[in-house]
Amino acid sequence: MATTLTINGTSHDVDLPGEVPLLWVLRDGLNMTGTKFGCGVAACGACTVHIDGEAVRSCQVALEDVWGEVTTIEGLGTPERLGRLQAAWIEHQVAQCGYCQSGQIMQAAALLAETPQPTDAEIDEAMQGNLCRCGTYPRIRAAIRAAAGMSQEG
Amino acid sequence: MASIGKIARRTFLFGTAAIAGGAAFGAWYVSRPAPMPLTSAPGRTALNPWIIIDETGVTVVAARAEMGQGVYSTLAAMAAEELDVAWDQVRVIHGPPAQAYFNGAMGGAAIPTPEYQQSAFQHRIGDWLEVIPKVFSMQITGGSTSTRDGFDKLRLAGATAREAMKEVAADRLGLRRSQLRTEGGQVIAPDGTTLAYAELAEAAAGVELGEVPLRPRSEWTLLGKTLPRLDMPAKCTGTATFGIDVRPEGLRFAALRRNPNLGAGMRGFDASAAKGMAGVEHVVELPDGVAVVATNTWLAQQAVNAIEVDWEPAPYPETTEAIFEAIEAAFDTDPNSTMRDDGDVTALPAGAQVIEASYRTPYLAHATMEPMNATVLFTGDALEIWAGNQGPVIARDRAAEAVGLDPEAVTFHTTLMGGGFGRRGEFDYVLQATHVAKAVPNVPIQLSWSREEDMSHDFYRPAALTRWRGAVADGGAVMLDGQIAGQSCSQQAITRWMGFAPGGPDKTHVEGASDQPYGVPAYRVRGHIADLAVPIGFWRSVGASGNAFGLECFMDEMAHAAGTDPIDFRLALMRGEHAPSAAVVEAVRDMSGWTGRTPDGVGRGMAFSMSFGTPVAEVIEVVQEDAGIRIARAWIAADVGVALDPGNLEAQLVGGMIYGLSAAVQGQITFAGGAVEQQQFYDYDGLRMHNTPAFEVQVLENLGHISGVGEPGTPPAAPALANALFDLTGRRARSLPLNTEFDLLV
Repeated sequence: MATTLTINGTSHDVDLPGEVPLLWVLRDGLNMTGTKFGCGVAACGACTVHIDGEAVRSCQVALEDVWGEVTTIEGLGTPERLGRLQAAWIEHQVAQCGYCQSGQIMQAAALLAETPQPTDAEIDEAMQGNLCRCGTYPRIRAAIRAAAGMSQEG
Repeated sequence: MASIGKIARRTFLFGTAAIAGGAAFGAWYVSRPAPMPLTSAPGRTALNPWIIIDETGVTVVAARAEMGQGVYSTLAAMAAEELDVAWDQVRVIHGPPAQAYFNGAMGGAAIPTPEYQQSAFQHRIGDWLEVIPKVFSMQITGGSTSTRDGFDKLRLAGATAREAMKEVAADRLGLRRSQLRTEGGQVIAPDGTTLAYAELAEAAAGVELGEVPLRPRSEWTLLGKTLPRLDMPAKCTGTATFGIDVRPEGLRFAALRRNPNLGAGMRGFDASAAKGMAGVEHVVELPDGVAVVATNTWLAQQAVNAIEVDWEPAPYPETTEAIFEAIEAAFDTDPNSTMRDDGDVTALPAGAQVIEASYRTPYLAHATMEPMNATVLFTGDALEIWAGNQGPVIARDRAAEAVGLDPEAVTFHTTLMGGGFGRRGEFDYVLQATHVAKAVPNVPIQLSWSREEDMSHDFYRPAALTRWRGAVADGGAVMLDGQIAGQSCSQQAITRWMGFAPGGPDKTHVEGASDQPYGVPAYRVRGHIADLAVPIGFWRSVGASGNAFGLECFMDEMAHAAGTDPIDFRLALMRGEHAPSAAVVEAVRDMSGWTGRTPDGVGRGMAFSMSFGTPVAEVIEVVQEDAGIRIARAWIAADVGVALDPGNLEAQLVGGMIYGLSAAVQGQITFAGGAVEQQQFYDYDGLRMHNTPAFEVQVLENLGHISGVGEPGTPPAAPALANALFDLTGRRARSLPLNTEFDLLV
């Protein structure tokens, strides 16, 4: 039985069992590969997307439980029309391998939507679920502060 | 002997000058040129295997794989610097597997003397040793060698291409080549006439030139500056294609389970429960496991976990402690190596104080963010493979062998990698995907490992035990004697890659301990190899990753025994031995405002390590907080000889140190019942945003030659932290990870 999802403003019919996690619906069902698989147990944040604006781990949300409109990294902007955070990420040359960065950016977008001028402690709190094995955290922090229109000092 | 080096250098230049005729690589081989890996099509001219120019612009072929270290962009900048093209006109692709892309610098690293002691003569011998990896087709990304290997080759490729196009333009315009200049991808005549490279390239491929000199640094416009990485926009918009993202038409998805008892086989399995599950199309038996092919990776994972398997037992002791007992026993065997033997460690000056300490370092996983995966299409007479990898030639050849085809029947696409750290120099995941694809011909199969499979089936950084004995007198070191016991990465990995174990002393087993620029009058390091079947491999910074922990903690212990500041203690040993190393220690001292004293509740520690030719000194400051001990600040000073991209160097040094700190704080792989206990990021975690320190980085250029930076930031991290914890708490850490003994903020 097909399920209908709204992703990045477009409606998609998905013919997969209801228990398949949203992550695998996106990646393997719809070939939307910007959202990454890292762990499958909500321990790394690589699969972070938004449902009705809330940052969620898409590996933990079954297709049948998706409760609202989905936004993925592809919906935040494109190389030609960058989103605000994506532009800040490029300005600060954040990515190394880049694999975790879709999730980092989606998590940061949800943070700024709720807290437009986050303190360092609020950045720590919001971002600590997102693992980066390359160690790009200092530049992620700088990019978030820049996107928030804040100075780089404290 | 000087003439040998001179001839080698000249041959290299002349060989490259003949590039357009396809003879460019003659100088790189003992006797004959390597086959040209990129064939020319009409309108698309392969000037040489590093640069393609066609109507769409300039494409640099990166023979080294991008796994986050920025090599894609740095290699492109080397070529673009000489080629006179604007940075935004340059594209980069990964090169196909080809002998012409061999990594010469890997052979140079095989010289037995410490890197810092290599005289000009030895550096020339290093050039000659470049033939060794050539023979083995070592197209490998590793050993922090990519910039070192590419620095001359890519600039020469760019310069040769530029001059060849000027030659064609001169001929067409009736001018001399010297009258023309180049800029923005065009040849420009004195009267302002312009000819685009695209119009000249095809004819330029037939031009033969004499020696083309490289531009002096004073004329560089791209190198030496922080450039925007070419892969950055795609990586920030979800449009970069990693191995796990390739989606050929008709793709099916596979998951696997392998024996948790590493290296052991499978007695049998019952897949009846899996076969009826949603989306399942095939169950495929593998030599040491089983795979399920389905319409979706998650459905394949569910099904493969429903298979009952009877595994064979592990070919090594079943518990961590039993493994360490076997490592300990290696101390009683004859040393495999005595890579350092200066002076007489048994003769001590009167009044010298002897101290001893033993250190223990665990097995470690690479834990790349992108789990191992490969995509393979087998059509009976051909293989097409998509995989992120650090060694495409070996992966291609083994995959071809597995299906009974010649390597020429394989089309191999190296994708971007979601982390490598040494793990993707192995080819196991490519071979498994090939086995599955062979069982399901004419259907492209993407085999992805679960995180649990990835964590528990790595080729781990080997565990080791180290015994240090030293003596101090009059405030300084007079004797240093180390013994290292552990498995040999080189013996095991090279056996996997080449089918035979290299004999003789293993330098990588003791590197980071035997090769440090400390002028201790009596300095000996012996390596004892433990013969164990635990799968091990090259982990970011290899031997130095663990050996620096023992040596640099012991240097701190000796300094305290001598009553000397740990930085002054090291400088006294370094200044006469290797001035660039002393300079990085002085730099980190000055930038951190090191006084040797810290207030209550604050601790500072310093460590140094020279790995892959790059000396790095790091200082860490820890602070006692209510929630635990915070790693608050870190300072890094490194010398890379020639700083090509300051922004990327900073990123690599910081990232390398975070990788080392992640392991130092909480990284360990342990065994129970023969299986790895850690399965996930919750039991094998790394530093995260909230416990990462603030960094300051300084890059020096005193080495006299270019050196790499992907790994050298890692080794000093653990000992710098351990030394800082001693300063804070008065307790010595002699075993990793540190959170087992200290209340670190995690």
